[in-house]
Amino acid sequence: MKFYGRAIVAGSAEGLALVSVEPISFYGGIDPETGIVTEPRHCIEGENVKNRVLIFPRGKGSTVGSYVIYRMKKRGIAPLAILNSDTDIITATGCVIAGIPLMDRFDEEFFRVLKTGTLLKLNASEGWVELISNLS
Amino acid sequence: MLDGEYGPAVAKSMELLVAVGKIFEAERLIPIESAHVSGVSYKNLGDAGLEFLEEQADMGARVRVNTTLNPAGMDLDLWMDLGVPEGFAVKQMRVIKAFKNMGIETTCTCTPYLVGHVPRFGSQIAWAESSAIAYSNSVIGARTNRESGPTTLASAITGRAPLCGYRLDENRAPQKIVVVNAKLRTPFKYSALGYLVGEKVGSAVPYFKGIFHPDLDSLKALGAALATSGGIALYHIGGVTPEAPRFGEEALKGLEKISVDEKDLREISRRLSSEVKDPIICLGCPHCSLKELKHYSKLIRGRHLRQRLIAFTSRGVYEEAKKEGYVKDIEYAGGRVFRDTCMVVAPLKEMGWKEISTNSFKAAHYASSMGISTHLDTAEHILREVSA
Repeated sequence: MKFYGRAIVAGSAEGLALVSVEPISFYGGIDPETGIVTEPRHCIEGENVKNRVLIFPRGKGSTVGSYVIYRMKKRGIAPLAILNSDTDIITATGCVIAGIPLMDRFDEEFFRVLKTGTLLKLNASEGWVELISNLS
Repeated sequence: MLDGEYGPAVAKSMELLVAVGKIFEAERLIPIESAHVSGVSYKNLGDAGLEFLEEQADMGARVRVNTTLNPAGMDLDLWMDLGVPEGFAVKQMRVIKAFKNMGIETTCTCTPYLVGHVPRFGSQIAWAESSAIAYSNSVIGARTNRESGPTTLASAITGRAPLCGYRLDENRAPQKIVVVNAKLRTPFKYSALGYLVGEKVGSAVPYFKGIFHPDLDSLKALGAALATSGGIALYHIGGVTPEAPRFGEEALKGLEKISVDEKDLREISRRLSSEVKDPIICLGCPHCSLKELKHYSKLIRGRHLRQRLIAFTSRGVYEEAKKEGYVKDIEYAGGRVFRDTCMVVAPLKEMGWKEISTNSFKAAHYASSMGISTHLDTAEHILREVSA
């Protein structure tokens, strides 16, 4: 199954999806040394975003979050790519300065079939995501 | 620029502006005339931000337009007197050096418009710092969106910004009317009004009626508070701000009206203010103007302060105030004047601060969120109460 979205930051990736239905704050919400989501009561609290295709509606919180994304990339604990419903300036800025592929605005269908653990292949230069398999 | 012809730093900055432009569906990038960059305090940047800035500078990033900096986390010379830990100071100086290497004026103030960085009416600029955005858009009539640290830096490096939001005529029109039925005699009251209206209108463009002859300090306080509780980047005041005449009765017809009276202002002051026992008195959020320092120095001249008093200002204003003897008067009474920083971006907890008294709703909002108890009152009341 192939889905098309809006390409914001170019690049390609292949990896397992980590899906959050809630917005994410990179500043204060994720440990920048480990990649573990630390925000209390967050729907993916305790999960590690490292080397995952991270999917969430949009970013929230402090603009410093952009720098946190950059720092995670330099530490090798950043997501492989980020897919949003409607991206925001904090996430987009972080993805550009870190060089992480970013896309948004997919069909509703995409978020319905997508689950944490789904193997994805994506090309954010061409603006598509392919669902390879659902492992979960 | 995007292709790397001007080097990797310019290409990266262009990539960022193009991405931002895409998100806001900007038609194109346009030239800008000046930039004011936020994200300067090491307290906010952390090691992640420091690394990014140093890498930008090492990659050869240089600004193309006049660019100033927002306050840092400390007075760059007198940080020890302020009680800032040495480890913090070392990192903060690395941040400043990285900016300096990019060709940025390291003025470190939230009021660049008070120290010679003044855009013209209608200029396209890229400014961060919410209070300076509100001031430049509303009082000067320049045009900027609510930018972040990285986007203003990218605009400074490329001399470009995406054409969207408040850069366009159609987005500068009033969306709500605020009728003020209160006497606004001090910047404190304007600060209260701003905080209250920010809460009520969110990120809309308010049009004020009933504000007469505000001085510059009052407008500075109003904008800072509007941008703290709300996301306000632009406001108009009938008979005062330069774009207000564009919007006659026709343009205002049908807009939602909000009324504010004395009681509302008293209530918001009570709600934001806490009881304090041994506060540090902090004035200068936004940074004190020369007029404010003069006023404060006169209030306490020849008197003795029972509480610690700190006034925050910019380098430019400090030099003038020193020349005029205002700094000396404040120091003789037992107060201090610091530059380059303020109570919002300094590492107050690490400095051992627990309570403050201030006349700024913006300072009260951020200090409270850092766990510092904050008492709010007019500068006149605060200074008279603690001096004899």
